[in-house]
Amino acid sequence: MSLPILQLANLKTHFPVHRGFVFKRQVGTVKAVDGVSLTVHRGEVLGLVGESGCGKSTLARTILQLVPATEGAIILEGRNLTRSSAAEIKAARRHLQMVFQDPYASLNPRLTVYATLAEPMLVHKICPRDEVAHRIAELMQTVGLPPLSQKKYPHEFSGGQRQRIAIARALALQPRLIIADEPVSALDVSIQAQILNLLSQLVRRMHLSLVFIAHDLSVVKHISDRVAVMYLGKIVELGLAIDVIERPLHPYTRALVSAIPTFRPDGGRPRIVLPGDPPSPLNPPSGCAFHPRCPYATVACQAAVPPLERSKASHEVACIRAAEIAGPR
Amino acid sequence: MPLLEVNDLRTYFHTRSGVCRAVDGVSFSVEKGETLGIVGESGSGKSVTCYSLMGLLPQPPGHIESGRALFAGTDLLRCTSREARAIRGKRIAMVFQDPLTSLNPYLRISDQLIEPLIIHGKIPRQHALARALAMLEAVGINDAAARLHHYPHEFSGGMRQRVMIAMSLITQPELLIADEPTTALDVTVQAQILELIQRLQREFNMAVIYITHDLGVVSGLCDRVQVMYAGRIVETASTRSLFARPRHPYTQALQRSIPSLQPKGGELYNIPGLPPDPAKKPPGCAFAPRCEHATGLCPSRDPELVPFQDDHATACLRVQAGEL
Repeated sequence: MSLPILQLANLKTHFPVHRGFVFKRQVGTVKAVDGVSLTVHRGEVLGLVGESGCGKSTLARTILQLVPATEGAIILEGRNLTRSSAAEIKAARRHLQMVFQDPYASLNPRLTVYATLAEPMLVHKICPRDEVAHRIAELMQTVGLPPLSQKKYPHEFSGGQRQRIAIARALALQPRLIIADEPVSALDVSIQAQILNLLSQLVRRMHLSLVFIAHDLSVVKHISDRVAVMYLGKIVELGLAIDVIERPLHPYTRALVSAIPTFRPDGGRPRIVLPGDPPSPLNPPSGCAFHPRCPYATVACQAAVPPLERSKASHEVACIRAAEIAGPR
Repeated sequence: MPLLEVNDLRTYFHTRSGVCRAVDGVSFSVEKGETLGIVGESGSGKSVTCYSLMGLLPQPPGHIESGRALFAGTDLLRCTSREARAIRGKRIAMVFQDPLTSLNPYLRISDQLIEPLIIHGKIPRQHALARALAMLEAVGINDAAARLHHYPHEFSGGMRQRVMIAMSLITQPELLIADEPTTALDVTVQAQILELIQRLQREFNMAVIYITHDLGVVSGLCDRVQVMYAGRIVETASTRSLFARPRHPYTQALQRSIPSLQPKGGELYNIPGLPPDPAKKPPGCAFAPRCEHATGLCPSRDPELVPFQDDHATACLRVQAGEL
């Protein structure tokens, strides 16, 4: 088996919380990412699902080293980024690109499409200066933008087209791994379909790996090979997309899955309505962070943090009662 | 007699780049206790329709060119502002998408909750506060007595939306207009809020209009759905009929582009092109340039919304000719 493109080992990103102006003291820690271990293989699409505040975006930013990791290792093609120098990280970023959620905020409004796409190529010296124009024309075609729009500014494009520009910018460096943080949630349904199709075509054609972050399970199921479900900084379930979504093991995943619309007028499966809000990461519950909202919680759940354990060959779950809950079905 | 009957509503915006026909001849009705879903992509005119009814349209640039909206005998579009005030906020209430921008950050929620009661009910403050407390409990806010005097920023997103719902339902309206009530919320919180609205709807026997871009929300909640495109209703049907046998090419295309309705990994259907610029709408059927079934006739005639079954109508010439 070939070397995985990305490996995360017990990755933690903690943010200190300070109070006071003159005598700043640390009053707590937000454990945004708290012990995540993951592997992304070549040519694979890994879906990362969770609600707001669960740490999925912080995880993405940590992988790119936009936020320093507190502990653990990020191994990109055998090189540990947490122990690398700034120059090495810059070199690694060539292979590691990101597409952000809001194409209105992530493109520089004062740069034309041409300048936006040329900048990364020049910074990373991908190709000689005189070939840049040719490469940009190719990129525009790859992502389905009209070639004549190179001299336009972002505000002249619609949301879907802007997301195409953002994807083209990520592709400009011929990366091996793209992290897409909610790339379609700001878009309308029909445009969302266009961008999803484009991403899965690119993955197939260019043999890319993709980490696809979203809160919408039906979108994630559609595009991903494997899915990881996050809750409060930890991965609670990980497995093949089909397994996780059709046969979820963790009670949290079950609730998320039950919220996917079935489009059957009789309602289809019953919707599981969880009580309460996701807890604050500043003051997480003891033991399993999900226990205050979990319909299956017992006293044992409050005692210890459940580890992510293998239930089948390729399906892992962090719930001490997973086997019991799955049993009677 | 229906609770609300809208007839040929046209709302145009007069802008520097031309007349923008945001709502262009919309007719529909809502019965007592009924749940209606209005579905469409951004710019389809679904929100402007409801803002016109509620008198929330900025005028100018907006202008209601024609139409009637009868609510219990009063034409909402022509009545005096005194008449409108007696209905708006009392008999018709509205919940907005983003609870953070629609609550006043400077006022305690107690003051915001009782405001409609004091204005419309003319009841003493103490009684109003008691009603507010009962309402907060009804929408599922724990420890309501203590939370009553908090400020909006002290609540989470889901809780704020509950406060919004409590505020709009405190006068026990007959019609609630919910404009994307769960778009800004997390999946699990979305399920809570939708269930809450459904429960209160049954309790108060109120009619609800959901405005949403999410066909999923509509499929589980609404009795009837109407699909809007470029300022017009292109298809209206009972929810069952719409999802089982969508007839208008736009509705079909929408359903084919939703991942949860498609087999995994397959190509999603792409609707080519973009929705038309509302200031430069194509002649005839506005969907024709993007429609895979369009013929030479489509751009030449405005399709009317014609029923072909009791509970199902479409505005497509080819469906009406029996060709699709």
